[in-house]
Amino acid sequence: MIVFEKPKALTDAVLHYCPGCTHGIIHRLVAEVIDELGIEGQTVGVAPVGCSVLAYNYFACDMVEAAHGRAPAVATGIKRSLPENVVFTYQGDGDLASIGMCETVHAAARGENITVIFINNAIYGMTGGQMAPTSLPGQVTQTSPYGRNVDTQGYPVRVCEMLSSLDGPAYLERVTVNNVKNVNRAKKAIKKAFQNQLDGKGFSLVEVLSSCPTNWGMTPQKALEWIDEKMIPYYPLGVYKDKEG
Amino acid sequence: MRENQIVIAGFGGQGLLFSGKVLAYGGLLENRQLSWLPSYGPEMRGGTANCSVILSDREVGSPIVHHPNILMVMNTPSLDKYESQVAPGGKIFIDSALISRKVERDDVEVYYIPATQMAHDIGAPSLANMILLGALVKQTGCISEETLDEALLKVVPPRKADLIDLNRKALALGKDYKA
Amino acid sequence: MEKVLMKGNEAIAEAAILAGCRHYFGYPITPQTEVAAYMAKRMPKIGGVFLQAESEIAAINMVYGVAATGKRAMTSSSSPGIALKCEGISYLAGADLPALIVNVQRGGPGLGGIQPSQSDYFLCTRGPGHGDFHVLVLAPSSVQEMADLTLKGFELAEKYRMPAMLLADGTMGQMMEPVVLPEKLEAAPEAPEWATTGTQGKRKHNIANSLYLSPAELEQLNLERFRRYAEIEENECMWEEFMMDDAEYCVVSCGITARVSRNAILEARAKGIKVGMIRPITLWPFPKKPLLAAADLVKSFLVVELSMGQMREDVELATRCKKPVYGCTRVGGMIPSPEEVLEKLYEITK
Repeated sequence: MIVFEKPKALTDAVLHYCPGCTHGIIHRLVAEVIDELGIEGQTVGVAPVGCSVLAYNYFACDMVEAAHGRAPAVATGIKRSLPENVVFTYQGDGDLASIGMCETVHAAARGENITVIFINNAIYGMTGGQMAPTSLPGQVTQTSPYGRNVDTQGYPVRVCEMLSSLDGPAYLERVTVNNVKNVNRAKKAIKKAFQNQLDGKGFSLVEVLSSCPTNWGMTPQKALEWIDEKMIPYYPLGVYKDKEG
Repeated sequence: MRENQIVIAGFGGQGLLFSGKVLAYGGLLENRQLSWLPSYGPEMRGGTANCSVILSDREVGSPIVHHPNILMVMNTPSLDKYESQVAPGGKIFIDSALISRKVERDDVEVYYIPATQMAHDIGAPSLANMILLGALVKQTGCISEETLDEALLKVVPPRKADLIDLNRKALALGKDYKA
Repeated sequence: MEKVLMKGNEAIAEAAILAGCRHYFGYPITPQTEVAAYMAKRMPKIGGVFLQAESEIAAINMVYGVAATGKRAMTSSSSPGIALKCEGISYLAGADLPALIVNVQRGGPGLGGIQPSQSDYFLCTRGPGHGDFHVLVLAPSSVQEMADLTLKGFELAEKYRMPAMLLADGTMGQMMEPVVLPEKLEAAPEAPEWATTGTQGKRKHNIANSLYLSPAELEQLNLERFRRYAEIEENECMWEEFMMDDAEYCVVSCGITARVSRNAILEARAKGIKVGMIRPITLWPFPKKPLLAAADLVKSFLVVELSMGQMREDVELATRCKKPVYGCTRVGGMIPSPEEVLEKLYEITK
């Protein structure tokens, strides 16, 4: 008999995420991987600033709350202090690709042996729907009310592609969680990113295209479709770097 | 109370801070109170560089030397800058191969030594500073000559141990120089 | 005890190692770069970590990460770099984590200059970062104190679970003096109960955090922190008195200017002027008590400093303006000569 259980690596705290947001799915995937690898007791997670700021309440492993964008630097400190432990960051697009771009690129360039879970939903969720570094050209947000104008507001950043030019990273993959098949693929990627760290392979980052029905102004169902229709064409899924692959 | 307030000045790259360090180590070996303070700036080579060394029988207050009683200079801008600051009765050591003008004051003792030329002559152009230092120690007695040798051994890093004899030769040239 | 000749910056680095610090993160900036260079040489040989971070911001956040695991960590910088670290320092304070931050000050504002300054006094003594907090601020006045106060900084930071700052000036960092290296600091507790070292399946998860969305809870945490600060003000003030026994005038100065003042005081004494000095060693907590006591004995105070009167305000507050507080200041990297201080002393004693 298969019993549906909550992963042990999640606490009993009730998630605060909006209905239809895929953060919950990704939290669960990370927790399932931690359970399956049996590493909860040795894992230290780093929470970001953004919608997932309260992640430290949800993961049952030890957690450190970082300043906005600084999670890779904080994780570097933790990992250098505790090389035998497993250290991961969980960051959104504003945190990782805007204010924390410097820390992200340099942790990757150093090949820091950490695991980064990068949630790309093309918007600043917590502050109410402003333009993100990954907002699509023409995308309407609170701070691009006429649509993102690439002439004045620039182009979105493709993080996996950009980091793939570096020698440092061991593994970069972009996945999404908008249907069951993709959820299963995402879990496989997340597991690999943690396994890489256990194997000492170095910097592993999984970018997860995620939905934000609230700030995109869509139903949850429509938001999942929007990932297929708009996001994946700009952010193709796939492996961008795999030192062994 | 004996107190030597020393300024060593010239271009970056002339080994001036090194000369000061030898004196500072000498002070340490003779158990005197001391301080060594470099000028520091964006130019690593070629700009003006100086260091102040104080060797004293009492606790050193300010490590900044305003009125040196010993001045060693290896370029004209440094002589221009420090000549007027030297305490009356002080001693000035000048690399006369690089500085063509004479000291204008008559209340100081001046030693003109063509150190850079002498260093070239012994095939060690980078040791003009040590020739001047040899003269400085001999003429001021700020540290003893034995201590100077001991200090040299302390300051030259092990990987440059093969240069010690050449340094000694330069120091001796300075000590023995007669104008 | 053997005396060795060291630059102030090197003395900090060696003392940090003696203090059991095995994690250093830095970024090059004059006039403190020797700290990083020294650590880069030494750490790999003793199983420690030296990492040149991509920025001062990254460096302080790496320190935050190590501090969360309960180990001794430090970073060093100079004024403009410290401004960048303020974010991380505030987070350290908010998460009640110990760490040592070294600031070898240079002139400002902006890119300023690279010559010595004490103009980060307000920035550092008022809590360098956003929010209500303090860091312990220690002001060395010799290379010996660069070493001794580095150890003290680690010790106090750990005792009170808060960041400590060694606030030196460029002169202190660059000068060499004989120093007797301090005794090793007792080993850090293997893992304090609050450290995020992994639950090992044996306890509830630890969280290093400074986010509290409930105002009532956040208020309580601030109040608790300030109760701790009051205890520190009571117990940890450090200062040195020089020729104060019969003093009619009191110089107040720290760091390099205390050294300059010393010369001036000796000369003034030789001329029959009864002047002494109170040299604050902790700038936060500020030694208010000895200053207040002195206010009943002396005719006036003279604050000698490399800022436009920042410490002078603290002296006025500490002495409750009972006596006039004069200033003798040079800024921008300039340092007053003993003659300038003496001149000022003549002026106020007339």
